[in-house]
Amino acid sequence: MKAIDLSVGSGGKSMREFIERVVMKYINTDELRVLGDSAILNIDGQIAFTTDSFVINPIFFPGGDIGKLCVAGTVNDLVVAGAKPCFLSLSFIIEEGFPVEAIERILKSIRDTAIMAGVKIVTGDTKVVKKGEADGIYINTAGIGKVIKNINEIKEGDLVVITGSPGDHGVAIMVARGEFEFEGEVLSDCAPLTNLLPLWEMKGVKWMRDITRGGLASVLCEFGMENNFTVFINEEKIPFSPPVRGVSEILGIDPLYLPSEGKAVIVVSPDVKEEVIGYLKKNVDASADVIGEVRKKEKNFHAVLKTISGGYRILELLTGELLPRIC
Amino acid sequence: MIDITPLRKEKGVRALLTQIKEEVSTLDRKINIMEVCGTHTMTAYRSGLGWALRKMGINLISGPGCPVCVTPDSIISSAVFLVKRYSGVILASFGDMLKVPASDGVPLMKLVPAENSEIRIIYSTEEVLKLAMENPQKEVVFLAAGFETTIPSIAWLLKRAKEKKIKNISILPAMKLVPPPLKAILESGEIKLDGFIYPGHVSVIIGSEPYRFIPEKYGIAGAIAGFEPADLLFGILSVLRQIKLGKPDVDIVYKRAVKPEGNPVAKDLMREVFHVEDAEWRGFGVIPESGLFPEKGFSAFERFDLKPEAVWESKGCRCGDVVKGVAQPEDCPLFKKVCTPDSPRGACMVSIEGACLIHFKYGEEVSFEGD
Repeated sequence: MKAIDLSVGSGGKSMREFIERVVMKYINTDELRVLGDSAILNIDGQIAFTTDSFVINPIFFPGGDIGKLCVAGTVNDLVVAGAKPCFLSLSFIIEEGFPVEAIERILKSIRDTAIMAGVKIVTGDTKVVKKGEADGIYINTAGIGKVIKNINEIKEGDLVVITGSPGDHGVAIMVARGEFEFEGEVLSDCAPLTNLLPLWEMKGVKWMRDITRGGLASVLCEFGMENNFTVFINEEKIPFSPPVRGVSEILGIDPLYLPSEGKAVIVVSPDVKEEVIGYLKKNVDASADVIGEVRKKEKNFHAVLKTISGGYRILELLTGELLPRIC
Repeated sequence: MIDITPLRKEKGVRALLTQIKEEVSTLDRKINIMEVCGTHTMTAYRSGLGWALRKMGINLISGPGCPVCVTPDSIISSAVFLVKRYSGVILASFGDMLKVPASDGVPLMKLVPAENSEIRIIYSTEEVLKLAMENPQKEVVFLAAGFETTIPSIAWLLKRAKEKKIKNISILPAMKLVPPPLKAILESGEIKLDGFIYPGHVSVIIGSEPYRFIPEKYGIAGAIAGFEPADLLFGILSVLRQIKLGKPDVDIVYKRAVKPEGNPVAKDLMREVFHVEDAEWRGFGVIPESGLFPEKGFSAFERFDLKPEAVWESKGCRCGDVVKGVAQPEDCPLFKKVCTPDSPRGACMVSIEGACLIHFKYGEEVSFEGD
């Protein structure tokens, strides 16, 4: 089989062949091998459950592909919710004619990323739609994780930490789409954030959110909205990478709204600052840093940026769409 | 490459602000300065300096320097007519231009084109050339809006197409010159201005001399500034000093990019391909000798017989007054209420250089004691 045809989604013989010969070549967990209607799982205590769909264009991009993304995206949603990712589901919607070779590349990424994230793929589904009814491949994953976080009250004076340079995924996708010429390669930051899990064991770690479509600014606003505080961010401390700075400058894009796929914002109490930053710099990203602090609610502001030039700017949620089909 | 980060940093910016504060206090009155270019508006508000300046008594007024904003509805309606009535046409333009509310508020980008026609966002004029070569059976029409910054690249496009005998390229001309509306603003006397911050990139091409009539005839100070926060503040400082000394001038504080004579190669190219004519502007109406149109043989746009239907108008939108500096975005009844970046009612809320979009995103007053 070279290309996916409609019969693969039929539920019949070709589908079984596709699963056994293509999918299970890469993903071969005990639960999946049963090929039953549901996976039966054991888990103790509180669980976190999440789902996400991936429609990114292009499917393969520098630093990742839709396979890596669909595992990392769901894993990260569990991690930042304070849960250790355990099980994933994996559903494909494939356009007729999509090359099997490409699916194999995607499956390989899925397998590698799942191993890296320590998560098991236990159930799945494949549907095929007629040519032109989808664009290549769409993937949905859902994930279950075991909740490990402690509940900690957020207070004035808590620190806002970023785990690394934000915005690289957005720039990588823009460059990969060939929408403008750019010398040199920019890699997406797409990655599972499972190595943030040990932080949940520290007492002063209170809140986490991964930076996705709305960029850093949107995450900061969400924090301010949910917690009835205003976060004050020091622009100078945000560790943007040179390509992110350069591309935003040239295109007039605000890098605070550029998407990431492997970066998070963490709110911690000041007494664990050294410990958290030390851990992040060593195990996650050397550019991790404190970028601001939590203050009492100032008017109705969710997040305020002190600019490099010393002025102040209110940050709002992303309005409009910066980049379509970014994840 | 020049490292521009020092031009952003708080230390230098604070020092400049202190000097500006001293200068304003010796003048002892409110000063109105028009920043002609939308990118300067962006610099002021994105850095948070706009409010700091206002507190000192310097009122920044956004000017007509956003090409998308000043493009009149008649041009947009012509584009609508073109893609809806002609088949086999590719209408290309820069993204923001295609997002302006056009027919019944629907942007060009979202219109359903005639059969076999399409609408394409492009990022450079080179792409227009490529589109035409790749689609020889189609007519590629470039909705050419822009000031002297982008016009040389449009001239290049038409010249190249002519040299390569690519016949299926034409432009819907909406190219504008920066100095004429400034004259119109001064002539109308609708707003009281003390100075101009002239656009940096336009001046790279045209130099400082085309603004000379402003100090000479109208006695108004001005400076050509770059786009970093410190650049803008240097420009404002120069304007204040010119006012204090009573010696209005066209000062170049953006010397790393602008020469008094501009860029002769680009100017020659523009002259070769285009000639000056009266042109229509949003808000202003027709301004004499303010637009550029292709010389014969460069763009056979006449082949289209455009009879745009009644021009769609956004009720209550004050974009026209905003580009003239007569109204601030906050004066418009639609601003932030029904007109938002998600559902813009006028061009000024669409373009990244539009005053309304900039005020929407960055315009809320913030200052904190003790910081």
